[in-house]
Amino acid sequence: MTASGAEAALFWVLAPLMVLAALGLLFARKAVHAAVCVMFVMVGLAILYVAQEAPFLGVVQVVVYTGAVMMLFLFVLMLVGVDSADSLTETIRGQRWLGVLLGLGLVVVLLGVIAQAAFPPAVGLAATEELTNPVALARVLLGDYVLAMEVVGVLLVTAALAGLVLTHRRRLSVRPTQRVLAAARVAALPQGSTLTPLPAPGVYAQNNAMDTPALGPDGEPLPHSVPRVLRIRGQERSATAVLAEEETLVARDDLRLLGVGPAADATVEQVGDPVATGTTDAGATDEGDEDGEVR
Amino acid sequence: MEITHYLGLAAILFAIGAATVLLRRNAIVVFMGVELMLNATNLAFVTFARIHGDVTGQVLAFFVMVVAAAEVVVGLAIIITIFRSRRSASVDDVNLLHS
Repeated sequence: MTASGAEAALFWVLAPLMVLAALGLLFARKAVHAAVCVMFVMVGLAILYVAQEAPFLGVVQVVVYTGAVMMLFLFVLMLVGVDSADSLTETIRGQRWLGVLLGLGLVVVLLGVIAQAAFPPAVGLAATEELTNPVALARVLLGDYVLAMEVVGVLLVTAALAGLVLTHRRRLSVRPTQRVLAAARVAALPQGSTLTPLPAPGVYAQNNAMDTPALGPDGEPLPHSVPRVLRIRGQERSATAVLAEEETLVARDDLRLLGVGPAADATVEQVGDPVATGTTDAGATDEGDEDGEVR
Repeated sequence: MEITHYLGLAAILFAIGAATVLLRRNAIVVFMGVELMLNATNLAFVTFARIHGDVTGQVLAFFVMVVAAAEVVVGLAIIITIFRSRRSASVDDVNLLHS
């Protein structure tokens, strides 16, 4: 039996692409690329199933293989580390050539067998298709193979259990309770740690609040409220510098509000210069403050 | 186009899967080669079901899919366990029993 022209076109378009994707699995250096290639092959197989009068299997193929199995593969790839590239050094001498030879030999043998075998004239599934395909499948599955189906159900439960048991990690030490953690914090007090969370940095508009220390209730800046990284890098700014800068901005805004029309812009420009110098002055004092704090 | 061309495609995919198992070191890629071989067999099953006009082949392909799903769960769990203890997913690094 020969397939219809449309099916032949589908096959000859899809089959070479699928073989190419399968070769991608064989040759791709990165495991993620290999996984994507396998996904392409599986979707192609699903299309071929539908073309071969097995629409139910086509759907199951997409749902189970591309939907569940390959997602699981990708999940494990991400867990194990995507960048774990394959080493190309041979550990067993001659393994590569032997593998290539065996693979090619397998192709030759299998294709030879298929070419030699005498197939009966293809019947097609039209005879069973007075039922729809899923119904015909269910008749066989729940009739002749009902015991096998039960056993497969047991197998699935066993596999789920195995997945749980194999990936289960036993805790080697006692899990610290909240009481233990609290006692440890109190015990660490003489070493200079604090019981309470650290104060948050100060919040000012117009600048990155992370680099400005908060002010304590006595009005003094709290240096440890700035993140440690910024302090080590010397990117901390004092609160007075920030406030001075903000005052200059407020003054400029006031001028802009007072003046009306284009002439106001000129006044702003004129006043802008001393404002700018004021800012640099503030920056200079800021640096001086920082030096003082560092010392 | 003869229907037996599908069998040829299945044979080629099977051989590529087998070569992947033989040649690659990454355990996950090897595992994907096994999956490719199972898929190729499924294609042969579906094609034979069509040749013989009997949906039993499709039922068997369905069973293969279910068993493959169970196998993937266990296999990947083993790979994760090995990775945790050896920090490697290469099949060549699992040589604890090697002298």
